[in-house]
Amino acid sequence: MANIISLGGLQVASRDELGQAMGGGCTASSCGTKAGPADMDPAIWAKVKDHPCYSEEAHHYFARMHVSVAPACNIQCNYCNRKYDCANESRPGVVSERLTPEQAARKVLAVAAEVPQLSVLGIAGPGDAAYDWKKTKATFDLVQAQLPDIKLCLSSNGLAVPDHVEEIVAMNIDHVTLTINTLDPEVGAKIYPWVFFRGKRHEGVEGAAILLARQMEALEMLVARGVLVKVNSVLIPGINEAGMVELNRIVKAKGAFLHNIMPLISDPAHGTHFGLTGQRGPTAAELRAVQDQCGDGANLMKHCRQCRADAVGMLGEDRGQEFTLDKLPETIAEDGEEKRAAYRDWVARERADRRAAAEAAQAEAAFVAAPPLLVGVCTKGGGRINQHFGHATEFQIYEVDAAGVRFVTHRRADNYCVGGHGEGDRLSEIIRTLEGVPVVLCARIGEAPRAKMAEVGIEVIDACAMDYIETALLDLYAERHRTPEAGALIA
Amino acid sequence: MSYRIVTPQCTACGACEIECPSSAIGFTGAAYSIDAALCTECAGRFETPQCASVCPVPQTCVPA
Ligand code: SF4
Ligand code: SF4
Ligand code: SF4
Repeated sequence: MANIISLGGLQVASRDELGQAMGGGCTASSCGTKAGPADMDPAIWAKVKDHPCYSEEAHHYFARMHVSVAPACNIQCNYCNRKYDCANESRPGVVSERLTPEQAARKVLAVAAEVPQLSVLGIAGPGDAAYDWKKTKATFDLVQAQLPDIKLCLSSNGLAVPDHVEEIVAMNIDHVTLTINTLDPEVGAKIYPWVFFRGKRHEGVEGAAILLARQMEALEMLVARGVLVKVNSVLIPGINEAGMVELNRIVKAKGAFLHNIMPLISDPAHGTHFGLTGQRGPTAAELRAVQDQCGDGANLMKHCRQCRADAVGMLGEDRGQEFTLDKLPETIAEDGEEKRAAYRDWVARERADRRAAAEAAQAEAAFVAAPPLLVGVCTKGGGRINQHFGHATEFQIYEVDAAGVRFVTHRRADNYCVGGHGEGDRLSEIIRTLEGVPVVLCARIGEAPRAKMAEVGIEVIDACAMDYIETALLDLYAERHRTPEAGALIA
Repeated sequence: MSYRIVTPQCTACGACEIECPSSAIGFTGAAYSIDAALCTECAGRFETPQCASVCPVPQTCVPA
């Protein structure tokens, strides 16, 4: 059973390029059916399997939370306008609330007491978490004292990281994300107009050269000390795509365990240099092409939604608004550690069960010789088909064939930019979002929307409500292709 | 001899406070400001005023 299949080689993939292929390269068959991605060291997989940012499967079970405590930054990026918050480096949208370390710790406690799925706390800004170190460290110290079971991670441009490696190790921060966009200072000068280092503002190529050297130093030092490092790169068409394959090779060789290539998010309304000068972001096809060239896809992150710096939740959800400062209780009674431990035990059993069920279903489908099928799934998490069609704000798109089930991407149906309101508008937005996806599985759907969807050739099935995603998909696929006649009847 | 912050342009990021060698910058009330009595314009310590060098907004840390 091949675990890794390049989507680029499949005919269906080209249809999906129309979708928003975020992240990319694919964590091959849904991470649930195997111990982990094929090219990842099992020891690293053991460390990251509960981290929603690193494991697509964990995205279904665990929640991450980012707090926005570090506003100061030591460089300027052309894709960032600090007046508003950075649209790239994992934080689109405006971070509504800036917190002191004490306020942030209180918020984390409140969320931890309410959300047993919480497994990770990250600090990614809104400036640079390693440069604004005092605030980052104070927040982590406060949280760790009360919630030792929550994993800590931080994101940085790398410039200040070499100064704090000892503390990062001592504080048990086991994941660091470095945003590295190029290896070439000439290219860097087009991305970073200046870099502030050791008391001086360095502009152009000189500044970029300092930054890039410090990024490599940070990567090497962290890896040498056993800290997991993910590298993020923002793909900027016409500026850094030519060097991306080499960058991928170098950061992997230096020990980064994941390299996540993300599209530039650029819009004049963001007021960034790139936004104002009309620098465009890559198309889904361009992004996919670069990700495919970077080869070993299993290490890339298709499921990443580039969370806001203050996001709270699982999958695409953001419950941040439920936990704004004014809504926090004065005192937080319990920290929910027992609930989290019980939840983790349950997840371990559930994952084993899901894996076994998927393997059994796989045996059924293994003999089908037919083209792969794209299916949209409505889920609230837990790896099951458990969401009402009408409540879905995003669809998880999977591809199924005899080789197994692969997560392809997620497609949002609540796009902020779409002004539409009312049921009719929503449905047409969903239909647009699901272009090229002939089947949707959900927990329930009303008769009227089901008929409307059928009119445009999208079949919505609620017969496998509450089933595991992989099992339902494989059964569906095997069912459709059981005999040529039956296949003809349904297809 | 001192610098000042043009408050309406300030993003309140606090980078100038981190870099100021004279501890002249603080968040007082609702905004960052420079204590003119403490500011040395970084004379003798740095080639350029640190607040102006690190500030992300042009013309926001300026001579008073
Ligand atoms: S969307 Fe991206 S940044 Fe957010 S939790 Fe998932 S992987 Fe992490
Ligand atoms: S000029 Fe120098 S001493 Fe004065 S506020 Fe700015 S950083 Fe501080
Ligand atoms: S560095 Fe500039 S923007 Fe940031 S707080 Fe100081 S004056 Fe304001």
